[in-house]
Amino acid sequence: MGTISLKNISKSFGSTQVLKNLNVDIKDGEFLTLVGPSGCGKSTLLRIIAGLEQQTSGDVLIDDKVVNKIRASERDLAMVFQSYALYPHLTVRRNLETPLRLRDYNSFERLPLIGNFSPNKKNKTESINQLVNKTSETLKISELLDRKPGQLSGGQRQRVALGRAMVREPVAFLMDEPLSNLDAALRVHMRSELSELHNSLKTTFVYVTHDQAEALTMSSRMAVMIDGNLLQLDTPQEVYDNPLSLSVAQFVGSPKINIFSGSSDSSGIVNFLNLNLKRKCSEKNLELSIGIRPEHLEITNQSDENTFSATVVYRENLGSDIFFHVNTEDGMNRIIVRGIPQFTNEISNGSKVNIKRVSDKALLFNSEGKRIQFNNA
Amino acid sequence: MQAKEYIGESWKHGILIVGAILVLLPFYMMVSMSLKSQQEIQSISGGLIGAQEVQTFPVCVKTGYSEETCTTKPYIYNYWFAFEKAPIPRYLMNGVIVTLSIFIIQVLVALPCAYALAKLRFYGREFVFSMVLFCLLIPVHGIALPLYVMLAQAGLVDTYSALILPWTISVFGIFLMRQFFMTVPDELIDAARMDGMGEYSIVWKVMLPTAIPALLAFAIFSVVAHWNDYFWPRMVITGNRDLFTPPLGIREFRGGIDSDEFGPMMASIVTVTVPLIVAFIIAQKRFIEGITLTGMK
Repeated sequence: MGTISLKNISKSFGSTQVLKNLNVDIKDGEFLTLVGPSGCGKSTLLRIIAGLEQQTSGDVLIDDKVVNKIRASERDLAMVFQSYALYPHLTVRRNLETPLRLRDYNSFERLPLIGNFSPNKKNKTESINQLVNKTSETLKISELLDRKPGQLSGGQRQRVALGRAMVREPVAFLMDEPLSNLDAALRVHMRSELSELHNSLKTTFVYVTHDQAEALTMSSRMAVMIDGNLLQLDTPQEVYDNPLSLSVAQFVGSPKINIFSGSSDSSGIVNFLNLNLKRKCSEKNLELSIGIRPEHLEITNQSDENTFSATVVYRENLGSDIFFHVNTEDGMNRIIVRGIPQFTNEISNGSKVNIKRVSDKALLFNSEGKRIQFNNA
Repeated sequence: MQAKEYIGESWKHGILIVGAILVLLPFYMMVSMSLKSQQEIQSISGGLIGAQEVQTFPVCVKTGYSEETCTTKPYIYNYWFAFEKAPIPRYLMNGVIVTLSIFIIQVLVALPCAYALAKLRFYGREFVFSMVLFCLLIPVHGIALPLYVMLAQAGLVDTYSALILPWTISVFGIFLMRQFFMTVPDELIDAARMDGMGEYSIVWKVMLPTAIPALLAFAIFSVVAHWNDYFWPRMVITGNRDLFTPPLGIREFRGGIDSDEFGPMMASIVTVTVPLIVAFIIAQKRFIEGITLTGMK
């Protein structure tokens, strides 16, 4: 079992409130990502779950037991840190053994020399060795066991840090931006490895990241936090397709969603630039922000009432896609449009283009940033 | 390289060489005088090692040794007589006992203090740390007399305790280790807590091994200061020669009825200095190893 519940968690440092009344239920075996910009309180929340930080108010429940007063080491959680936090003076093997030695040996058996006279120590040592060997084989670090952390590359240290968390077979893994210190290629590779590891271990993962791409690719559910508030908790696809607020829509997705200002008239028809949306807004006579993702805009040759024209100011070639940064004619909006390389090769900076939108993909937000639904939706 | 550049480089080296000679000259004199005879020392002749003529040394005979024993080469005489006249091994052992005890207790006190000041959050931490800094400003000599009176009241004068106790809390050590612990990432301590270590285990099993380079630097300061200290042992060791530290021992060669004899005196100084130099060379090597092994930077 590995369910974690957070009930009305608040945390203040002095007079600044960093977490505001959060409620999260993490299911057994789930890969939950806490994602948000720096300083949103996601790491603090993870540290509260771990027991390294005490919440100002609210309860933390692990497997339906309140653990507010229980020490970090007795919560049976394992944590992987951004800087890996391996013991620099111990070999990889000793690094992996440490949590097991502290858990399995009693204080007498941990004494140097005389501890060896304890009758049970031999059996315990054997089972520790087995666990360490098993874990290092799973993570393919067996040949590194006699080295010290200083002699390992970033990716190898990352694996050892994972191993140190795994040997204990905890009820849940807590990960605090574990991939942030790796180079870009390795980070993408480790994403898939972490997902596979999660699939094979079937243990609860709570993963903190500021990188929305990691959240989208790995998690079964993602929790978007901004300024100490939990804005949305849902599957990555749902968060991407149906953001509940403007800040979530802007945070999730790369490149960023395009926002146009517009309004709805007395019959609920939404208009912005020179365009009208086919679907009607559920609220009439309202100032609106209309969000359209770059992949829902297309560059086209034709010009009709469903297109608008714009000037290309920057062409961003990613190989598989080309993103065009364009200015609309009224000069009010700088937006990003995705183009397919084969069809848009000849377009360069300064070209005038017509842009068409894919229907049924626009998102509406009111002036406070709350999502507004369409009538038929 | 052009001739011009040679000249540009050479004046820098010239200054450095002159500086090095100035620093090393007293040591050269010390070693040289410990090898030469009294006449050569007084007439400033004989270069580094002197002529090493076999001769009879009058002070030796006056002290009561047979003429045969006293007839030998100057360097043998100087070192032999130094050890004969004063129990130098005993002094050296006292020095080792005192400096090591001081250093070990200083570490036992300073490490937990520094850890708390650097890594634990508690009410009044900044105030406590400012008091530590304040204590750095108090000169030892200012409080020597009250300290002596207190030790005398406790009946500890003329004991090892009198040599050791006043130095066991090193404010400088606390400050130095605190500054070093500030650079140790918090995540390492959090990881240890997640693994199940208590705060004391963290100090001794995680912080101590990472702090070895800083600890060695502190060891050099501490050991050198207390090995060479003359002021304090002179105050609290009043009569018992068995408790003399090396600097007090050297004093035995000064003056007295036999007039000054520099050869054996310098020989004893060399014997007292050599252990420090050897310790420093060993520590220096470990110092560099320590930094490269931590793997944190």
